[in-house]
Parts: sequence; C-alpha cells; structure tokens
Amino acid sequence: MSKNKDVTSIVVRLAGDSGDGIQLMGSQFAAVTALSGSDFATFPDYPAEIRAPAGTTFGVSAYQINLGSDTITTAGDAPDVLVAFNPAALKVSLSLLGEGALIIINSDSFTARNLTKAGYDADPREDNTLDGYQVASADISRLNLEAVKSFGLSKSEGGRCKNFWALGLLLWMFDRKLDAIVTWVSRHLADQPTLRDANIKALHAGHAYGETAELSASLPQVHIKPADMPAGQYRSITGAEALALGIAAAGELADRQVMFCSYPITPASPLLHRLTRLAEVGVGTFQAEDEIASICAAIGASYGGMIGVTSSSGPGIALKTEAMGLAVTAELPLVIIDWQRGGPSTGLPTKTEQSDLYQAVYGRNADTPLPVLAAATSADCFTMAIEAVRIALRHMTPVILLADGYLSNAAEPWRIPDVSSLLPIDHNAAPSPQQSDDIQRLAFSRDSASFGRPWITPGMPGLMYRVGGLEKDFATGNISYEPANHARMTEMRAAKVRAVADWIPDQAVELGPKSGELVVVGWGSTYGPIYQAARKTGVGFVHLRYLNPLPSNLGDLLQRYGKILVPEMNNGQLSTLLRDRLGLEPISYTKVSGQPFLIAELVERIQAVLKGGIS
Amino acid sequence: MTDKLTAKDFTTSEEVRWCPGCGDFAILKAVTAALADVGARPETTAFVSGIGCAARLPYYLETYGFHTIHGRAPAIATGLKLANPDLDVWVVTGDGDGLSIGGNHLMHALRRNIGIKILLFNNEIYGLTKGQFSPTSRTGTTSPSSPSGSLDTPISPGQFALGSGARFYARAIDIDKTGMGSVLQQAHAFRGTSFIEILQNCIVYNDKVFAEITARESAAQTQLHVRHGEPLLFGNNRDKGIRFNARSFTLDVVDATRSNDDILVHDEGNAVIARLLIDMRMPVALGVIYRQPAQSYEDAFYAHHPSRMQRTKSVTDFIKGPNTWTVK
Repeated sequence: MSKNKDVTSIVVRLAGDSGDGIQLMGSQFAAVTALSGSDFATFPDYPAEIRAPAGTTFGVSAYQINLGSDTITTAGDAPDVLVAFNPAALKVSLSLLGEGALIIINSDSFTARNLTKAGYDADPREDNTLDGYQVASADISRLNLEAVKSFGLSKSEGGRCKNFWALGLLLWMFDRKLDAIVTWVSRHLADQPTLRDANIKALHAGHAYGETAELSASLPQVHIKPADMPAGQYRSITGAEALALGIAAAGELADRQVMFCSYPITPASPLLHRLTRLAEVGVGTFQAEDEIASICAAIGASYGGMIGVTSSSGPGIALKTEAMGLAVTAELPLVIIDWQRGGPSTGLPTKTEQSDLYQAVYGRNADTPLPVLAAATSADCFTMAIEAVRIALRHMTPVILLADGYLSNAAEPWRIPDVSSLLPIDHNAAPSPQQSDDIQRLAFSRDSASFGRPWITPGMPGLMYRVGGLEKDFATGNISYEPANHARMTEMRAAKVRAVADWIPDQAVELGPKSGELVVVGWGSTYGPIYQAARKTGVGFVHLRYLNPLPSNLGDLLQRYGKILVPEMNNGQLSTLLRDRLGLEPISYTKVSGQPFLIAELVERIQAVLKGGIS
Repeated sequence: MTDKLTAKDFTTSEEVRWCPGCGDFAILKAVTAALADVGARPETTAFVSGIGCAARLPYYLETYGFHTIHGRAPAIATGLKLANPDLDVWVVTGDGDGLSIGGNHLMHALRRNIGIKILLFNNEIYGLTKGQFSPTSRTGTTSPSSPSGSLDTPISPGQFALGSGARFYARAIDIDKTGMGSVLQQAHAFRGTSFIEILQNCIVYNDKVFAEITARESAAQTQLHVRHGEPLLFGNNRDKGIRFNARSFTLDVVDATRSNDDILVHDEGNAVIARLLIDMRMPVALGVIYRQPAQSYEDAFYAHHPSRMQRTKSVTDFIKGPNTWTVK
C-alpha cells in the first residue's frame, strides 16, 4: 500500500487479547466509517471464553471491517491492514492477510514471554516471517500510558485506554474526524469523568501521533469517497438490532403486543438484550428458566392473545422441538428465531454455520410441518422478522426464522424504512358468538385459503373452548382417535404450510442472467460473498428467503440454467432440500470451518464448475 | 353477566374418561363447586394442564382449557398470565408431570410467585402409563418398572414447594369435600402462586395408598386440619394437640384434655413450623399450611413496564439508533 492513496475498498482487521477492547474499538471505527458515507460490512470474530488467558492464540479477539465507495457485502476476504496488539494476534491473523498488507504492531507487547505464549520461537519482526508485508511499529502501550499519565490512573486502568489510542491512530490514517467518538465516550462514561477524559485524551494522542510521528514515514493516509447508495437516511445496524426492531414493528403493524420469551445462549442473547429496551413499543421480555420454558411461555402468551416469540441457537432449538409440535397441533401463532452456530452439541458457540436447515424443516416428531424463513443480511433481519409474524398470524402456525451468529453481530449500513408505509398485519379475528353456536366448531372453523383458525383468546366472553396436544376432531377440536380424522388432520397441517406459497413473492434472480450456464443458489448469511462472486463471474445468483415452502416458481426458474451450484456453510443441507422438493441435482459446495465464505474461494469454485471440472 | 353461576355451569358435556372410582371425579366436583362459590367467570378462567390422568381435567370444565405437553403447564400458564394478568389461571398437574419431567418449571413458577393456582394430584404412581413408580412413590414400591421394589427416595411436594420459595402451600384429600373446597377458595384468593397438593387415590394402580389417613371412621385421629390463628387440635373430641418441642425441634402429639397452654397455635406465616407440619406422618396436616404473601410476578412485571405493556411509542421513535447519516 502506497502513501496517500485513493481506494475503492479496503479491509481492516483489528486483533488483540479478549480483554483489549477490540470489539469496542471495531464498532466505534465502524460507526465513524458509517457517518463518512462509506459502504461497509463488519465481522466480529471473538473467542467463546470471556477472558481467555492473556497472550494466547485462542484468546485472540478480532474485528474485521471492509469499507469502501464500492458496493460492499462482505467483511472482505483478505485484510489490507492489520492492527496487532500482541504476538498472538499477529500469529492468528497473518495467514489471512492480503499480499503486501500493512501491519501495525504494538511493539512493546512483543516481549519474550508474550512471544513464547503465542508459540513463536523467534521474534517474527526479526526473522523473515513478515517479509512481503509493510510493517509499522509503535510502542502503543507505552505511548498510551504516557498520554494518560496526568489522570493518576492505575497502570491497568490506564492501559485499558490503549484501544482508543490505537483508534485515534487508525482514524488519522483514514482521514476521519474524532467528534462522533468523543461524543460517544462522553455519553457512556458520563459518570466516570476521569476514565472519560483519559480515553478521550488517548484518542487524541493516537491521532496526533499519526500526524506528527516518525511513524508516518511508513503509514499511508487512505482516502475513500462516499459510496453510491440510494438516497435516504441511513444508520449502521447489526442483525440482532434489525431483528429486534422487526419484531417490534410487526407488533405495531399487527396492533398486538409482543411477548418475547427466551433463555440466554450464544449467539442469540443480543436479541433479548435489544428487546428489553423496546417496552414502550409494546414488547414484553421474559427470561425463562430454560429453553423449553421459554418456548412454552411464548406459546402461553400467544394463546393469551399476544404475539409469542422465542429465540435460541441450534442446541436450544432442539430442546424446543416438542413444544413446536404443540403449537402446530393447537394451531397457535408463534415465531421461533434460530441464530445458528457451529455444531453438533455445544460445538462452536461463537462461530457461524448454517447447519440447522434440516432441524428447521424436518426436525420434529411425526408429520409436523411448519414454515421456515431465512434472513440474508443483517438489515434483512428486519424485513424477515415482520414476514415471520405475518405468516404466523395469517396461518395460525409457528414459523421458524433462521439467522446465524455472523448476522447477529455483523454491521452494515441500512436505509431506515418508513414503518408507517409498511403493510399492516392481519390476523384471523375471533367471531361474535351466537347463542346457538357450538363454540368448539367455531374455534376450529378454518379459513379456506390459509387454513388459519380464529384467534380466540381466554378473556373473550362466550367463546370458551378446549384445545390440546391430543389429536383433534377436524371440525370440533375435541379429542379424536378416529383413523380417518387423523389422516385428514395430517393432510390439513401439510396443506396449511403449502398454502403459505400462495402469499409469498415469486423467487427473483438477485443478480446476473435470467437463464444460462450456471446459477448459484444461496440462503442465509452467505448472501454477501455469493453476491460478490456472482458479480465477478457474471453467473446467475438466486438467493432463497423462503425455505419451507419454497416459492412456487423456483423449480422452473432454476431449470433455465444448465447447472446449479449451492454453496453453504454446512454439509449440503439446501442441496438435499432442493433434491427432495424439486427433484433437482445441484452441485454442492460446502464450508464448515466456522468462518464465512471468502469471495475468492467462491469465484474459484464457480470458474471450476464453468470449466466443467466439477459436477 | 353477574348472575350467580352454579357448579353445573362450569361442567362441559364431554364424557369424563377416568376409571370408575377414580379420586379425580371428586376433585372435578370440588373444583366446579369452588368456581361457583368464588364467583369465577368462565370467560376469564383458564385451566392449563400437562400430561397424565389429572391433565384431562380441562376438557370437563366449561372455561378456557389448554391440555399441553408433559411437565410444561406451569411455563405455558406463566406466558398466559403475563399476556393477560386479569385471567384466573389454574394449572392441573400430577406427581409425575409436576415433580419429575416438569420439576424445573414447577420450581421456577413457585419462586417467581406468578399468579397461577397449581393443583398437584398426588397419587404416588404413574397412572396413564400403567403403574410405574413415581417421584412420590414410597421406597420399595413394587410396580411394572420396579418388580422388586423401587429404590428412589420419594420427594415431598410440600418441602419441594417451600424449598423453591413457594408462598402458598396447602394440602387436601380428594374425597374431603369441605377441606378441599376451603383450600381451593383460599388458593383462588391468593395473589401469587398457590400450590395445592391433593392426596388422590388411584383405584387401579395404587389403591388405598392413603387409606390409613383418609378412612372416614378414623379421620379424626389421622387428620389435622389447620387454620391460621387456631390451636392445632385433633382427635375424636379434639382431645389431642400438637406441641412444639424446642429442645428437639420436633412436633409432639400431646394430651389436650389437661391443659391447652402449650398447644401450638397455627401461624401460617411461619416457614419453620410449616416444614415440620409438612413432614408430620401421623396425624397428617391438611389445609393451608403455609401462606406468606408478596408481590406477584405479574404485578412486578407490569409495574416494571412504565406503560403497563401498552404501546406508547412507535418503532419509528427507536429505529434511528444513536447515529444516522443522509445520502442525497
């Protein structure tokens, strides 16, 4: 990277100990990036341990951001800039870096002890390890402590300001203003004035260092023009934030309160945290004793007339399975959000994967179908949350919305929608009972198109009815073990989920030709890298947001291409679904490393398929 | 709308499917009578049950009824009560449903003090799965799954409840119409989780397991009906009493004909005495053994929401987040 460069996009990775404040530094850098008008995508990559032993490679916490004037949809394949707070951070990040990347090293952390902890036999700065990279070293720890010396903080308190010192340096490098960070620090540390002032001092000191120091000889300044984005008001948003707002918006559109019941689990908890702040929008939150209780409480809330929502990750979703069957058979609305992570079992709690598609579509006892949706990007979580509630209320069914660990934490710019312009959400209103009505029949008189039954809730006069998990008579809802009735009910439940396809939009081609040699089919958070790979290679790109049922036109649409390539972060689950439902024979390309796809690996695979090397 | 309803008004036309002679019939009758007595309204009353013989009860009640899944009724009832705190929410469970598979949910409902009324039908056996030993079965119970006697130490529903932080614990006998009616009414009036253990006879798989206590001819000798503020007396002529032995920390049965001075007066707010009463084998304590009111969970929940869960703002007020920028 040369000095004072105009670039269209650049990838920056910050890495340090899990106690170094890397995630905070990254999110603040992203906030400033957003305000400057760049397009961007972020990827927080942190360990499962809260404070892993300092200096170890498994304790490294990283934050990657891709920013530019170009359309950005991923956090970037290979970082152009690495800020390494210690030897371990350098060690785990080095193999990811792009050719000739700039490495900013916190040199006073390169002690013999830290080098040993990171597994370096020799100092990588002194052998040929860093050949081919540009290296800029600064004693960040020492310079930071000097900057905050006047505040009389302890060494460890003062040391914790170093992420702001480094942020100051980075912001100088990107020619950014510091005001937004100063405002943020002032607000968040308002009741700790000394720490507040020290962090602001560190920020300015880092910035000044970039401007004046001898270091600037090897540190270029980067200029990025604002991205070309549709006009409107924007904010930065993560999937957890977007999903929380989507759920609240759905409640508003349906004119019903929302009861969100969940049990803490990585990476689903951020949604619970966000929703606790939306009480004034009619959202209640209940932290239950376990995963089962959380879905059951949500079912109870739906039975009581609120929109019941629960959320978890793969292992927790497994525990909720039996209750999902109850919601299916009792014909109650419910939304279940699955923030997928690497598995099986506890697996990789903080690493992303999209391996719960089977669980969502097929994973219950008996014939228990339910609609399954998936969000494509962080911002898309807003739209799909509304869609999930809409389907749940229209068809009186539980709906699974798939997201993943990557989406939960990844931030991107979002054009703020006008909520008042969104379509209201209807529900199957309770009827007014006549004296002669058989209420049991009334409660199970289903809409002929959606199969939704009236949403009758306790408290409504004259509509007392009984419902349960035992098989129900089709017409009266009373217990029935009659053979033909069970067959009829099984078919009704299947028909209800099939009927969802009559409302959802036709599948569109996201990018590229409408027919041709190859189409890449994706779902969930792989949207970003597939989008870029398809753009580079000019092949068709189809991205699924509705997985059960699939859009009615999908089969015809995909058959207009010679080959279908399905990249996914699992062992081939969408490929199976497309074979099962549409009789197609896709080419599966899977990645199960707990890391998102790189654009380059997708481009390579697309090119190989086009050459006929892979089928 | 405010006309007085009778027990019959709370009865559905569904055919009752319990075994002839089952204690559940008597409980059903006591429940419908109690609903009428307390002036309950069918439209604001909901019964939520789990799985087991007891769990069939909602089908027979002309109220809202939800027969759910094994052990989860307290969790579902919690969601229902939070969604609509104006409802009278009852949970119907058994010793297996409530204390085995659903023990966790029962424990947490009790500690939260959520406004639900939990009826635990304790027959010390699994009925619906045909007679296996349950968590309240006495050690050595022979059953299809324990042909040479069960090994487990039984759990005490009362101790479980108090240990979980329950604030209302009562015990009743299925065929004791008066005693059951009284505790049902008091449970209904309690704001918080009320927990009633009903000693219920399973005529098929565990017949007469409580016979020693419930037999009418000896009931006066074997049953101690406790009332707050009244001395703990029992016996044919209330000639026996309970005394607290401060040296051994036990309850002793004493002759009450000589002097009543040291007979314990029931203080339902005293958790220490409640625990001793729960464990007392002969006589067996019945009635409201422990009651210690506190703010209910739903009251705290709604007090916590400044708008009492009403939508006072639009998502539009929150959607912008801390920072926005405009693209022209």
